[in-house]
Amino acid sequence: MRMSQKDSFVKFEKVDKSYDGEVLVVKDLNLDVPKGEFLTMLGPSGSGKTTVLMMLAGFETPTSGEIYLDGNPISSIPPNKRGIGMVFQNYALFPHMTVKENLAFPLEVRKMQKTEIDEKVGNALAMVELQDFGNRMPLQLSGGQQQRVALARSLVFEPRLVLMDEPLGALDKNLREQMQYEIKHIHEKIGITVVYVTHDQSEALTMSNRIAVFNDGKIQQISSPDVLYEKPNSSFVAQFIGENNQLRGKVKSINGEQCVITTDSGDDVHALKINVNNNGDGSLVSLRPERVAINSSENFENNFDAKVKELIYLGDHIRSRVEVCGNDQFIVKIPNSYKEANLKEGATVKLSWKASDSRALDLN
Amino acid sequence: MSQSQTSSGPILTTDGIPLKVSLKKAERINKIRAFLLVLPLLAFIVISFLVPIGDMLARSIDDRQINTVFPKTFEVYKKWDRQGLPSEEVYKTMFFELKNSEGYSVGKASTRMNYSKSGWKSLLKKSKRKFKKIEEGPFKDKMIAIDKKWGDPEYWLALGQMVDPTTMGYYLNAVDLKYDSSKNIVQQKENRRIYNKTWIKTFKVSVLVTLFCLLLGYPISYLLATLPMKYSNLLMICVLLPFWTSLLVRTVAWMVMLQQKGVFNNLMVMAGLIADENRWQLMYNQTAVVIVMTQILLPFMVLPLYSVMKTISPTYMRAALNLGASPLHAFYKIYMPNSIPGVSAGCLLVFILAIGYYITPELVGGKDGQMVGNWIAYHLKTTLNWGLCAALGAILLAVMTALYWAYNKIVGIENIKLG
Repeated sequence: MRMSQKDSFVKFEKVDKSYDGEVLVVKDLNLDVPKGEFLTMLGPSGSGKTTVLMMLAGFETPTSGEIYLDGNPISSIPPNKRGIGMVFQNYALFPHMTVKENLAFPLEVRKMQKTEIDEKVGNALAMVELQDFGNRMPLQLSGGQQQRVALARSLVFEPRLVLMDEPLGALDKNLREQMQYEIKHIHEKIGITVVYVTHDQSEALTMSNRIAVFNDGKIQQISSPDVLYEKPNSSFVAQFIGENNQLRGKVKSINGEQCVITTDSGDDVHALKINVNNNGDGSLVSLRPERVAINSSENFENNFDAKVKELIYLGDHIRSRVEVCGNDQFIVKIPNSYKEANLKEGATVKLSWKASDSRALDLN
Repeated sequence: MSQSQTSSGPILTTDGIPLKVSLKKAERINKIRAFLLVLPLLAFIVISFLVPIGDMLARSIDDRQINTVFPKTFEVYKKWDRQGLPSEEVYKTMFFELKNSEGYSVGKASTRMNYSKSGWKSLLKKSKRKFKKIEEGPFKDKMIAIDKKWGDPEYWLALGQMVDPTTMGYYLNAVDLKYDSSKNIVQQKENRRIYNKTWIKTFKVSVLVTLFCLLLGYPISYLLATLPMKYSNLLMICVLLPFWTSLLVRTVAWMVMLQQKGVFNNLMVMAGLIADENRWQLMYNQTAVVIVMTQILLPFMVLPLYSVMKTISPTYMRAALNLGASPLHAFYKIYMPNSIPGVSAGCLLVFILAIGYYITPELVGGKDGQMVGNWIAYHLKTTLNWGLCAALGAILLAVMTALYWAYNKIVGIENIKLG
């Protein structure tokens, strides 16, 4: 045991997965999920995150490597013996059973007493606030209600671990946000371990303790939401999470934690050295729009003149697209209160930002 | 005043016409167009389907052939007290009507009369020939002199069955019953009871064929619905292939396969599984009918099953497994209930097709494998007893309607899915 069981409730060890023997969908996956954690696997479609979930649920077997649950290898245990709850993408509520029968199904399978089943089903319905809907058929419920039934069904037999496969994908935006909080609260209340799959970054940021960003069958970065947003360690993560400005260039000099990148337009940008190593290496400098000051009097390391290309009024802020350092897709967010900026399309403004807010990353 | 009227009275359009009237007007043109679009098909169905069926149903109870040939005889016949022999007046009327009638209509009438009492046909034929020489009465004695049957009250009593313009006689015949000479319902003679046996056989064969189709069709449909598209398309072609082959060719192919010196028996003998002298009798009996009809009707089971199974999301099974059910339990509790609309549609379709099947029992059924359809064809073409045909057909129609009704009550017709 390299790790105590507390630290690794779910453990992936050198897991590979290939469907056709030619392409690896999951490459050398090593992942530890402590008990009680809400871990989100985030990534574009085809990045392998759902495959990882399916291997954990037992519907796919790893091509090599092993998965441990609570210290025991589970690759050879069939899905129905794993005791893992799961919420499916389209809920997979049994259409020929009432809500109550759906919830009672996992309990009946476990041969529980009738009274015990009734009690647990009642509690589960109360948890998702659907007490009055027990005798409805799933198709008589709204999308959000079906989603809650699916959630209750995955929890009613008190599994050790719950997997969620893009459970909110079919809901509209408002309902999705509401459900994010509900799921988060239920997780906090019962302290269950959750592995959640989504391609929606705001969903991941809202709910998770940790987020594992997947791309191309590999975890690119795994950390808490704030670290992931503030300190992405690759261009992919920087681009995938939140809005991001990129300046393409080559490393001119490296000076300890910092470095200077010469952009393709010939401007020198000071940035944190994240994953560039040698002078002359190509790099993408990543910079969050809200960290750029406009016509500021403060003294930052980076100061450039920029031409305003487009202004989009968004109520609380004005989104402005400017051309700076040869990039005409550079976005700056100007708070609506910032009246003195008084921008006009075509005007020239001064942009400035700290070297510590810009990160010199790989070229992708 | 006017304001309160608008709020309490019917809702008006801006033009002041009541909304419902205006709506009807607007929709009328659509209704007319829809009607005109279906008109050709409607006319075709009425002419080629509803009218013939109505005519056949009418024939099953129609009993007017004789009344039109011997109308006056029946007038005087009705006065007879059914004791002993009828009066001279009845003989006389019968004599003239027979003598002056056309041979064609007498033939038709005598066929009908023969159903109530066999012997009438030959009696009328013979009498009509001999009546030519007789000019005057007393007719009763002269007729009895021509043939003793004229003096047999049985014949006269049998005529009583035909007094009414309608009869249930054909329906009675269709279930091995008949009227006796005094119009009581009695069983047919032992050696003439064939229809009840045929009905039972028809149901038995239909049920067996439906059952075998379901047993064979369910797994293949499941496979079709769950395999990836490229394999399932190929398999689907295999299932549909028989559809593209003539029914007759397929049936004859089975005859080659199953007969005593046929492919199947030869293989069994070659493999040493049965002795040469004990070859199995697989052709010209009920077994053959069941085997061949199962093969022919299988696609009608597979197609509705497949179309329903295709809609059952594989995540249901995954969810059931995930919730702790064993694969078998999950299949039984989750998959099967969801496939019921397909099962019932397939069964209903196959059963209805099987119960009226004709060509396969005709070719491979032998004596033992004849079904109701074959008797209908026999009476239609050979004995020309169309009344009995119509009665048999009407009973079949009633059984199917009853089945359909029961299905609707139990499963609900909106649950049927044919594709």
